[in-house]
Amino acid sequence: MSSSASVIRTDGLTKKFGRVTAVDAVGLDVREGDVYGFLGANGSGKTTTVRMLLGLVLATSGSIEVLGEPMPASGRDVLTRVGALVEGPAAYPHLSGRANLALLDSAGPDGPRRTRDRRIEESLERVGLAQVDRRPVRAYSLGMRQRLGLAGALLRRPRLLVLDEPTNGLDPQGINEIRRLLLELNREGTTVFLSSHLLGEIEQLCTRVGVLDGGRLVLQDEMDALRGPTGRTEVRTPDPARAREVLASITDVDVEPADDGLLVRGLDPADLNDRLVSAGVRVSGLAPERRRLEDVVLAATTSGTDRFGREGERP
Amino acid sequence: MIRAELTKLLRNRRTWGTIAIINALPTLVAVLLAITDLGPRPGTGPAFLAAVLTDGTLFPLAALAMVLPLFLPIAVALTAGEAIAGEAQQGTLRYLLVRPVGRTRLLVAKLVAVMAFVVVTVLVVAVVAYVVGVALLGDQTVTVTGPTTSVSGTPMSTPELVGRTALAFGYAMLCMLGVAAVALFLSTLARTPLGAAMGAMTLLVASTLLLTLDAAQALHPYLLTRHWLAFVDLFRDPIRWDDVVRGVLVQGAYVVVFLGAAWASFTTKDITD
Repeated sequence: MSSSASVIRTDGLTKKFGRVTAVDAVGLDVREGDVYGFLGANGSGKTTTVRMLLGLVLATSGSIEVLGEPMPASGRDVLTRVGALVEGPAAYPHLSGRANLALLDSAGPDGPRRTRDRRIEESLERVGLAQVDRRPVRAYSLGMRQRLGLAGALLRRPRLLVLDEPTNGLDPQGINEIRRLLLELNREGTTVFLSSHLLGEIEQLCTRVGVLDGGRLVLQDEMDALRGPTGRTEVRTPDPARAREVLASITDVDVEPADDGLLVRGLDPADLNDRLVSAGVRVSGLAPERRRLEDVVLAATTSGTDRFGREGERP
Repeated sequence: MIRAELTKLLRNRRTWGTIAIINALPTLVAVLLAITDLGPRPGTGPAFLAAVLTDGTLFPLAALAMVLPLFLPIAVALTAGEAIAGEAQQGTLRYLLVRPVGRTRLLVAKLVAVMAFVVVTVLVVAVVAYVVGVALLGDQTVTVTGPTTSVSGTPMSTPELVGRTALAFGYAMLCMLGVAAVALFLSTLARTPLGAAMGAMTLLVASTLLLTLDAAQALHPYLLTRHWLAFVDLFRDPIRWDDVVRGVLVQGAYVVVFLGAAWASFTTKDITD
């Protein structure tokens, strides 16, 4: 993965609104083929960063490269290959969904009229709006608007999708559909940059994660690395007291109680299992403990302590 | 982009509603004149209104003189005020810009759409006023090709009248371009379309009020609305050019300054709506 081309790269990206620093020296690194999860609480500077990537907000300092070209200088060229959903969908309320897509497509470059109707139908099909009638967008539900926004982003088969909270307003089934759609697009070669405050969404979809906290990128790494083993072993047993006694006699072994068993550090799982079973302790489950994304993110965003994941941060 | 803007304008029901309202006033006036036959005495009242009692074909000019000081500029202020701020409030501005549509290009397209609105409105006013004028007030010179009299009282041939009417409508268009430039600039600043439109209308009202105030004499030549009705001079014999030329210069200055300001403001703006 590390050898693939960079799709989004920012260096020292900073935005100040008056005296408030909204985004502070952020160094994003999104690579071709990633599903990149951009996490952060509301007000952490996520949206401002996304808007800077798209040339809507102009950076105070720092540089941005999208698809290998500088933004916003090359915006006219770059943005034709980018599909975006920024802070909720928007459409002209008195026009139908199809009319909105046609209008948007005709407004900019690289949207050939020859293929327009076909592209519109394909996009609507992909987002589950193929059967939508001629009613104006004014009469759409929140979920339908969200789907229409996504259809607009897909209209020109972009190489990069920048999506801000794409599952807002969707019911659980809709969320699942969109999730499957994004994975499918990713398999077809689209890089996805997904900004969200929903940990679960990011955890299920993403291959890389960046965490923004107070305008600073406090964490950026591969999902697998973040959810790596902690070095402890989870033991599920109906006899926790007995197990503790057995383990207490071994030096350099650390034991903590857990929900339905123990957390053990200092022994590899096979060895641990052998000792417990030979001492007559019944074991119903035993596995290396993995970090949860939530814990990693919470550790990274708790201020005042030495932050975890410093190395993921670029100057 | 310009095509997209025009589509948007023409498919908006409000555009046609506004045009209908603008047409209501001259039509009402024509009906009242026809019923009562009580026109203002020659030389008093709104321009051309005295003349239309004897010649209904002059009614388009009378209608223009009626809508130009207030109705038309308000409609222009609303339309141009909405141009950027309306898209921003609706959220569609960010999607247009990432489509991508260049900011300068978008501004130009918006201005073209506003002017198209003015052209359509003025044409509809002219056609409706002609039909209404001939139908209600009659064509008392019997033939449309017959001589009409100028404001100065001398006869005017039809080709001359058509030429001068075209000039007058062109002049009115330039006046509206001035309003559009101001409203477009405010539209790049304001958070809501109403704010931008109100700002432009405030300037119109202030300009109109100051024109009635002798103490503001020094400001008069530079006020936005000062020379708007100078198009009446185009129907004098010979044509009195001085006010018309001054009007063109003042409007031109407003257009250049405010369009420049709109461009500078919009191309450097953070789009956070």
